Amino acid sequence: MTLQQIKKTALVSLWFVFLTFPIMVIRVNTITQTITWRWHNMAFIALGTFFGGLLWRLALDRKPASARQAKQPEVLTEDPDVTDVKAESGIARRLGILRVKVAQKRTRRSLIALAVFSALLFPHLSSLYQTNIMITALIYVMLALGLNIVIGLGNMLHLGYIAFFAVGAYTYGLMHQYLGLGFWAALPVAAVLSTLAGILLALPVLRLRGDYLAIVTLGFAEIVRILLNNARNLTGGPAGISGIPRPSFFGMTMNLYQVSIYIYYIVLAAVVLTVFVVWRFENSRIGRALVAMGEDDIAAEAMGVDISRVKLTAFALGSLWAGIGGVIFASRTAFINPASFTVWQSIIVLSCVVLGGMGSIPGVIIGALGLILIPEYLRAFSDYRMLVFGAILVTMMVFRPGGLIQKRRRAYTFHVEEQK
Amino acid sequence: MSLILDVQDMTMDFGGLRAVNNVSISMEQNEIIALIGPNGAGKTTFFNCVTGVYTPTRGGISIQPPGGDRESIKGLKPSRITEKGLARTFQNIRLFPNMTVIENVMIGRHTQLKSGVLGAILRGPRTRAEERKVLEDSYEILKKLNLGHHVNDLARNLPYGAQRRLEIARALATEPFLLLLDEPAAGMNPQETRTLEALIRKIRDTEKVSIFLIEHDMSLVMSLSERIYVMDYGKLIAMGTPQEVKNDPEVIKAYLGEEVSA
Repeated sequence: MTLQQIKKTALVSLWFVFLTFPIMVIRVNTITQTITWRWHNMAFIALGTFFGGLLWRLALDRKPASARQAKQPEVLTEDPDVTDVKAESGIARRLGILRVKVAQKRTRRSLIALAVFSALLFPHLSSLYQTNIMITALIYVMLALGLNIVIGLGNMLHLGYIAFFAVGAYTYGLMHQYLGLGFWAALPVAAVLSTLAGILLALPVLRLRGDYLAIVTLGFAEIVRILLNNARNLTGGPAGISGIPRPSFFGMTMNLYQVSIYIYYIVLAAVVLTVFVVWRFENSRIGRALVAMGEDDIAAEAMGVDISRVKLTAFALGSLWAGIGGVIFASRTAFINPASFTVWQSIIVLSCVVLGGMGSIPGVIIGALGLILIPEYLRAFSDYRMLVFGAILVTMMVFRPGGLIQKRRRAYTFHVEEQK
Repeated sequence: MSLILDVQDMTMDFGGLRAVNNVSISMEQNEIIALIGPNGAGKTTFFNCVTGVYTPTRGGISIQPPGGDRESIKGLKPSRITEKGLARTFQNIRLFPNMTVIENVMIGRHTQLKSGVLGAILRGPRTRAEERKVLEDSYEILKKLNLGHHVNDLARNLPYGAQRRLEIARALATEPFLLLLDEPAAGMNPQETRTLEALIRKIRDTEKVSIFLIEHDMSLVMSLSERIYVMDYGKLIAMGTPQEVKNDPEVIKAYLGEEVSA
């Protein structure tokens, strides 16, 4: 910390004092027509911004050093098969935020086992309220993992993901209303329909990328929502569809508590399936091609990757999970209307992916859990929720632009090399 | 001897601009040929037409892989052309910067593999064998190009010369019969250029791959290529052995300009 930096910080805090002067120091009482000068506030702001600024600079100073360290080749394991190597980045190491180093396969396995075990026990150890919150969070984990295929792997900005969620939810709702079908019959139909919807959207946007793709997908989501809103005869319009039944379990009658636990296990199984499929997919030939396309589509095409097919696959596979999530969502809330599928929801799912770490499965899971659970538990501070949210986003983008858990490429070892 | 690449009277217009004008170029198996010319002559556009990035306005492009039949590749998608055995590198390096070196090469193997989404998810014995094979093959290619110790590095962290080599490695992974190199020596120092020259020769001799290069480094072009085509303002102005081209008045004019005469 040099003198110059301290000077700069002091200047910044001076500027803050000036900026906040009218609102923090002057208080005009319009009834008695007097002005109260609250000079102590000025001192607080000066001190607060000064020390806050110092901390900020300190953290920024340490950042480049950590970035360099992170670039070092990763630890290789003796396993000739592939192993994920995650390295903690320097800033996390220093601040002690995240001390997960999962270099060894065994450690990783036991961690996963622990996570699954605690997830299995969760509904029995907590209240109905907690279970319900967790169901919502897990649905978002599924959505985020699905969107991660398109955004994290394919690097295509997709702002209309919630439309496929709506397709899934409405498929169940309408099939129940008109055909009287239950949850398990609707699930595969919704999966197929949302996949088809994904392909339908992908076809016209095959040649678009970046901002243009974002605009078209955004438009698509709005079209779906407005369609649902206005097709009153079919969907009930803004009134939505109500009385959607909970999933059945061999005709057993369950009370609310049991049904919640049952839905919890369904969504948990769906999440596990999603993780499994996405994980297998990203380390496969098509998954690699998708990542390559996201990196440089012209080069990928020159290497023989059929861009159109890979894009279609990504959109189809991404939308599939949204459709399944939609059915579970409809069965949980028993009531759906177009207001549940606004652009805002798309943005939340997008934030889950970006905050968690694009392309990283554990990152996306943590991102989604955090983003859905934290606001629930912060209901007491609901007035400041957006404020905190914004602050977190800005801080994240400065210090961890790659997300909470950054994607690491797989490292391979070869026996041939070891013999040397 | 049959022509492995035969471009006939190719013209490429961009609106009112004729970037490539009636160019015919052909090459035989195991040849190293070069296309040279001043900046903006249309060399890279020519490459882009051959590799399918652009569809030429007029003219024909046909190939005959060794042991295969003659076929037209005009208007095919770049990925299809790569499948047929033409691989290319880019003037400004276009690696996949955030993928590891071996993954870059594995992408090059894409057309040689078959497994689809379902295979990837089920990961049956065939998919697993395929994945193992692609890893081994890719590693072999990396070793050939002296990149073995970089396997797990991110492509963007490689030194410049290694990035150029990796681009060639990636192109070779597609198992081409014709390798199109767009300014492979750009930005290299004389030492690196000499290494590159030896490398290109080695690839031609051991891999039985014909080489077509665009290059500005005249010493490299003159010593490496067996025949040279010269383009200027979209037109072919000369062709022949390095010696012939060097003494061609048209070529000298294009590169150095001409004296003002009365």
